Amino acid sequence: MISVRHLTFAYPLTSTASLWDVSFDVPAGQFCAVVGPNRAGKSTLCYALSGFIPHFYRGEISGEVVVADMVVAATPLAALVGKVGLVFQNPFNQITGARMTVRGEVAFGMENLGVPREDMLIRVNEALEMVGLSGLADRSPAQLSGGQQQRLALASVLVLRPQVLILDEPTSQLDPLGTREVFTVLARLVEAGGTTVILVEHKLEWVGAFADRVIALAGGQIIADAPPRDVLNSPEAAAAGVGQTRYTQAARRARESALSTAAGALPVTLEQAVRFFSSRSVDEHIA
Amino acid sequence: MNISLEHVSFNYPAGVQALSDVSLDIVAGESVAIIGENGAGKTTLARHLNGLLRPSSGRVLIGETDTRTLTVARLASRVGYVFQNPDDQLFERTVAAEVGFGPRNLGLPASDAKFAIQNALERVGLADEANSHPYDLHVSQRKLVALAAALAMTTPIVVLDEPTTGQDAEGVERLGQIVDSLKADHRTMITITHDIDFCAEHFERVVVMAAGRILVDGPAAHTLAQAAALAQAEVEPPQMIRLARALKLDASPLTVNEFIEVWRSNRTSTRSADS
Repeated sequence: MISVRHLTFAYPLTSTASLWDVSFDVPAGQFCAVVGPNRAGKSTLCYALSGFIPHFYRGEISGEVVVADMVVAATPLAALVGKVGLVFQNPFNQITGARMTVRGEVAFGMENLGVPREDMLIRVNEALEMVGLSGLADRSPAQLSGGQQQRLALASVLVLRPQVLILDEPTSQLDPLGTREVFTVLARLVEAGGTTVILVEHKLEWVGAFADRVIALAGGQIIADAPPRDVLNSPEAAAAGVGQTRYTQAARRARESALSTAAGALPVTLEQAVRFFSSRSVDEHIA
Repeated sequence: MNISLEHVSFNYPAGVQALSDVSLDIVAGESVAIIGENGAGKTTLARHLNGLLRPSSGRVLIGETDTRTLTVARLASRVGYVFQNPDDQLFERTVAAEVGFGPRNLGLPASDAKFAIQNALERVGLADEANSHPYDLHVSQRKLVALAAALAMTTPIVVLDEPTTGQDAEGVERLGQIVDSLKADHRTMITITHDIDFCAEHFERVVVMAAGRILVDGPAAHTLAQAAALAQAEVEPPQMIRLARALKLDASPLTVNEFIEVWRSNRTSTRSADS
């Protein structure tokens, strides 16, 4: 569904590339998380997958990005938006400000794609339901809290039913309940609808529990690309600034201080941590 | 400088009651985290501390003074406030000018202001960016500029609204160090946060809010172990408390270090019981 080949990109007037020779493929229906420190190139990658690079953000680009059988650089944004959706990091950048109600804002994209009115109404309600904003459909977008605006930005993209959904830290302003809801919605879209999800996220516990795969970026390059646990517990990724859950940190400390003889990979999630700390090795039983 | 909220209620003009009879006393030098779901009233409460909002009923005392008798500008010398979104706050052309805006307006002598700016930039790790345009920096750095701008005013009270949002692992660690160093300076730290692990690791006292009221208020280890109250506020305990609970350990470790100590003593006692 996504194929990135030797992608290098530098913004104008910068001396270093934001992405450097990045290559990867994502099959349809995969839930792929992208992690890494700030300025690793995560947002730039989101723009390159959704066509904002090179159609909106200019710069020096080489390599090729193909999404949903479209060569992104050769496909106008208007043709991309029906298939590829991007949820911006800052919801204030997503919301048009051209509509007076939440309902109108969610419908905005479909109006531009010429969706029949009856379908629009059904799809708007469905999208608002998914993000938990049904009760606020008639409120002005400007009167929403940061967390509510973030949900609105997500709804306005979900309503277009993109095959490929790209999200740049969509839960940064959400409480734990809101975060859980967003991850649950994404998992449902992947499982039921076969949507391909690319999610940039710092909340590693959630990434560990939900993603099929994790790509770690640092300094514009892919430094790891593997199942979540293999990336999130690796000392190399931690050294590159990816971070680690407290579960991983506690397990590593326990192992280093010989307080645990559990074999195998360090845990990333609570479930894995419970198994790690509950397991006793054979010689411990004998002792 | 102590803070006292006495039976504070607040209604937004549209009629929504965002705070209902909230009473809270914070002693000078305390570090307090306010947690709870979106819409619980956390930001509304915090905005009462610098006078951006005044109570509909009840009163807010900063030191001995009722906030209704002071302008926001006068309160600015007592309470530094760092907004959730730095772009709501930054407007100068250089980082140094931005950070210097507060001290200049407080009427500090030039040499004192210069010292305050330098000190604040060093604390947040942006001394090398003093001449940069704030909007040439990454948003996570702009957040630190906003923090430096508040710190440069050397207010006895600092309020941080969602400081860890958008920060990477290193940024969160740096923020934790900044909070710890401000605590060591006996400045009162108040934060609003969804980052429960950050809260557990750096704040002594935790206030849980839901629907405009305070549900629980007390030392972090006590408050963050109350699963039922936290669930009511849609908050989960920090990772180390959840792990301790799942392993049926009778303790509420707030940090990785505390968990390791709990695990060590538990292991020793089960071993001696086995033999």
